[in-house]
Amino acid sequence: MDQIPYSPQTKTPLNFKWLLLMAIRDSRRNRSRLFLFISSIILGIAALVAIYSFENNLKQDIDDQAKTLLGADLVIETNKPVIKDALPLLTGLGSERSEERSFASMILFPKNNGTRLVNIKALEGSYPYYGNIETTPSAAGKSFRLAKQALVDKTLMLQFNAKVGDTVKVGEVLFKIAGILNKAPGQTGFASSVAPTVFIPLKYLEETGLSQKGSRITTNFYYRFTPDINVERLVKRMESRFDKFELDFETIESRKENTGRSFEDLSRFLALVGFIALLLGCIGVASAIHIYIREKISTIAILRCLGASSRQAFIIYLIQIVGIGLVGSVLGAFLGVMVQQILPVVLKDFLPVVITIGISWSAIFQGVFLGVVISVLFALLPLISVRNISPLNTLRLSFEETHFFKDRLKWLVYGLIILFIFLFTLLQVGGWKESISFTAGVVTSFLILTGVSAGLIWLAKRFFPSSWSYLWRQGFANLFRPNNQTLILVVSIGLGTAFICTLFFVQDILISRVTLSSSGNQPNMVLFDIQTSQKDSVSRLTRKMNMPVIQQVPIVTMRLEEVNGKSSSDVKKDRNMRISKQAFEREYRVTYRDSLTVAETITDGKWTGKAEPGKPVFVSLEEGFAERIGVKIGDKMAFNVQGAMIETQIGSFRKVDWQRIQTNFLVIFPTGVLEEAPQFHVLITRFSGNRQSADFQQAIVKNFPNISIIDLGLVLSVLDEILSKIGFVIRFMAAFSIITGLVVLIASVLISKFQRIRESVLLRTLGASRKQILVITAMEYFFLGSMAAFTGIILSLAASWALAKFNFETSFTPNILPVVVLFLIITSLTVMIGLFNSRSILNKPPLEVLRNEG
Amino acid sequence: MKTILNIQNLSKTYQSAGHTLTVLNDINFFVNEGSTLSIVGPSGSGKTTLLGLCAGLDRSSSGIVELNNIRLDHLNEDQRAQVRNQYVGFIFQNFQLLPTLTALENVMVPLELRGSKNSKVRALDLLDKVGLSDRVSHYPAQLSGGEQQRVSLARAFSNSPKILFADEPTGNLDAETSEKVVKLIFDLNKETGTTLVLVTHDLDLASKTQRIIKLKGGLVISDLETVAIPVNQA
Repeated sequence: MDQIPYSPQTKTPLNFKWLLLMAIRDSRRNRSRLFLFISSIILGIAALVAIYSFENNLKQDIDDQAKTLLGADLVIETNKPVIKDALPLLTGLGSERSEERSFASMILFPKNNGTRLVNIKALEGSYPYYGNIETTPSAAGKSFRLAKQALVDKTLMLQFNAKVGDTVKVGEVLFKIAGILNKAPGQTGFASSVAPTVFIPLKYLEETGLSQKGSRITTNFYYRFTPDINVERLVKRMESRFDKFELDFETIESRKENTGRSFEDLSRFLALVGFIALLLGCIGVASAIHIYIREKISTIAILRCLGASSRQAFIIYLIQIVGIGLVGSVLGAFLGVMVQQILPVVLKDFLPVVITIGISWSAIFQGVFLGVVISVLFALLPLISVRNISPLNTLRLSFEETHFFKDRLKWLVYGLIILFIFLFTLLQVGGWKESISFTAGVVTSFLILTGVSAGLIWLAKRFFPSSWSYLWRQGFANLFRPNNQTLILVVSIGLGTAFICTLFFVQDILISRVTLSSSGNQPNMVLFDIQTSQKDSVSRLTRKMNMPVIQQVPIVTMRLEEVNGKSSSDVKKDRNMRISKQAFEREYRVTYRDSLTVAETITDGKWTGKAEPGKPVFVSLEEGFAERIGVKIGDKMAFNVQGAMIETQIGSFRKVDWQRIQTNFLVIFPTGVLEEAPQFHVLITRFSGNRQSADFQQAIVKNFPNISIIDLGLVLSVLDEILSKIGFVIRFMAAFSIITGLVVLIASVLISKFQRIRESVLLRTLGASRKQILVITAMEYFFLGSMAAFTGIILSLAASWALAKFNFETSFTPNILPVVVLFLIITSLTVMIGLFNSRSILNKPPLEVLRNEG
Repeated sequence: MKTILNIQNLSKTYQSAGHTLTVLNDINFFVNEGSTLSIVGPSGSGKTTLLGLCAGLDRSSSGIVELNNIRLDHLNEDQRAQVRNQYVGFIFQNFQLLPTLTALENVMVPLELRGSKNSKVRALDLLDKVGLSDRVSHYPAQLSGGEQQRVSLARAFSNSPKILFADEPTGNLDAETSEKVVKLIFDLNKETGTTLVLVTHDLDLASKTQRIIKLKGGLVISDLETVAIPVNQA
């Protein structure tokens, strides 16, 4: 016998090989159950691997397709008329050049008199140099430039039932529709539903009459360079000249970065949603392992009795957890690779590039690593109690858990979990503040759900309905009896319900807010780009068509040049200055009038409605805006009004009710200053009924083709479309949480089945019928499901109310019917899963069940 | 003769609902190496608690437990586990085999724990000795009660313990099987020279040991050589 005499100094060697062997041996009869435990994390991992793979593929695709995103090597952009001095610079660049002018305008389909505000792009040259303007028929993308032809966005074609060969009126000119515009370089499906595009040849722009002075036109110059030119270096060298002429530029590299950055944000958001599903699954794992370890007490006690140290016993089960965590994560990763095929379909409206689907090993590795670490972390909570299992349990079974607050290691594990969530978020989001908020949000949600469910359990116990029939009482009492799954199920299903419900409420709040604005006597139509010469005629036409002129205001565009004598470059240089550099970066659309509207109140300073000769021009600023740019009453602001400098002084701050449908302004000038400046006018009116709206729009487009009309009904439908697109993506991701909740439910029901089996068999032995057991089981899951759904709905009501009050600043009246439907669905699902999994107890003779499960 | 187990002023108390419950009170005895001893007494007399303390499964409230000259009351749980693995063998009333391990693997565990290289050979030899060489690959659930206890016996002797503790080893067995198992325990004990400490209700079984300690209400009320104890007093 190889025997080492005992010495208190020598520790039992760990003997990892044996521990591994024991872990495998011990798992023999439990593998299917262990798999059941870990099944809860599979979906979370799948979601993350799918998103990581998608992100990696997208990055690669953006890199590969960057040229087609921009369609050129360099784009120079300006939203002002190009000044003469800049022309040599603009015409001297590149081997090929195209020009595009874009602006918002109304179009008219003469076939059915349909009108709509669109984004007109007047194009000249061979742009795009990389990629194509995708059209049906495909040749139309190039050939439309040769004649008076247009390419019309596919959503418009559908909306107005237009066909290739029909005509469309842009301004004064009728264009033949040469093709349906499916996709322009870098354009997303999302963008086309917000602002559908119509391409026309640039040479006919003048003829349309839409490029008048004061029109808000953006001009893009697209350049192609010979391969030997380093465009990046070139633009760096010319940056100061571009700045001088107020020209913005974009290269393939900068577009790549910008596109990558915006999609990084999207995939980070989606990854966080997936992470919540994973966390939910991990809670399921922790709960399942807790029960598993309870069942393993006698095994652990025997091992301890035979001389295994607490460390060895702990490691045996840790190995099992790592093993199943690995299996679960690998399966999750496999599923994630499958789900990845669906993601581009789900996100197609948001994507500017064609996504290739390839296996991303780094995504798989990330997902598997994350799965193992997080399942071990959560399993550690019940696992550390293995240390405290006494060998004395071989003589008499007593499982005394160390009091929660006394076990420091448990606190350490909780700390590690929170730290892990924080670090994961930090890696995803990058910002400390956001990561702390997300971690705090997750912890708070779990705490609230745990608190609410613990409270409900307490209430069930405290106000136990003793007058109910035995079957109901038995089912109800199962909620708080030992080994109950109430807490974990209420937390997981509750969180899933809360998620879906909040999503629904938020969508409802946004839609109802816009609906509210467009209802009653609120204005519902805005006309802009009205030239001064057209102002009176438009008002007359409006009144003639029995529509009120609710508001008509002049708008002058300008830029801020100086604040208290300091220019943008001075502010950029001096970091201590309170003025924000953002104040100089925007284009100001201001109005002038002698009085305030009902939506405005002065909060500081004195309102001046009329400029007096020899005195400063007192302007009024919106108080929030003033705070953002860091100015105070008395500060001097110098504005550049299309070449002319106007010195002003801040006379007052205003509070503005932005909820009203009317023109509101950040800066208001007094009368007597801007009357002669280039300007356009906005008219606000109200139509009643679609017929009146259509007639009015047609009349405006026919008589004043340069005027653009915003129909709030259309805005509402576009908003609805956008929200449903975003909602679909979020619902898709939320589905991972919901299904995880259901998997946790199935696993918990199966685990609790092992707990309850003897009891049910005993009841059957004592003479309970199959039906009676069925009622008891159904009751238990009914209470459980309804409790979970109720908790989730309460949480989402609170969250939605807070969002409505603090974020959207609107009132919140929940739509009850869908909530009731959701409640019923979740409750029924819980009951069905509960009954389905308990069927073996119901259908088989008691002895057979005991023999099989024993 | 060398003392293998030395118990001095041993007491065990529990706190229960604010009251102190004394299960064992000032127990004193010693056991010589190679001898056999029974602890008998009515239910609740503290027999199993005493066995647990002697084998280092539990800590005493006061007093000394010295096993093979090692003070167990000075050791922590992991150190006591090491002592158990080196010097102690166990047989339990409900066999306490690991349900997911085969008969052979169950017997190998104490040897594997100490890193023995030829654990399989030794385990097969022991299973052969207890007459189970044809059942080595069976799981506990596939064995009868008597077979399970024989596996348990093989496991108890696998690490060549200096002392074997048996808690009601025939408590779950029928008379015929009990007889066979008892014969095996005493035969193996004789062959290996192991000290045997038995806790039992069965006075016939107790009378087979050289000495009987009788407990009542946590106190030793008699400690006699078997020849001197009248059967009807137990």
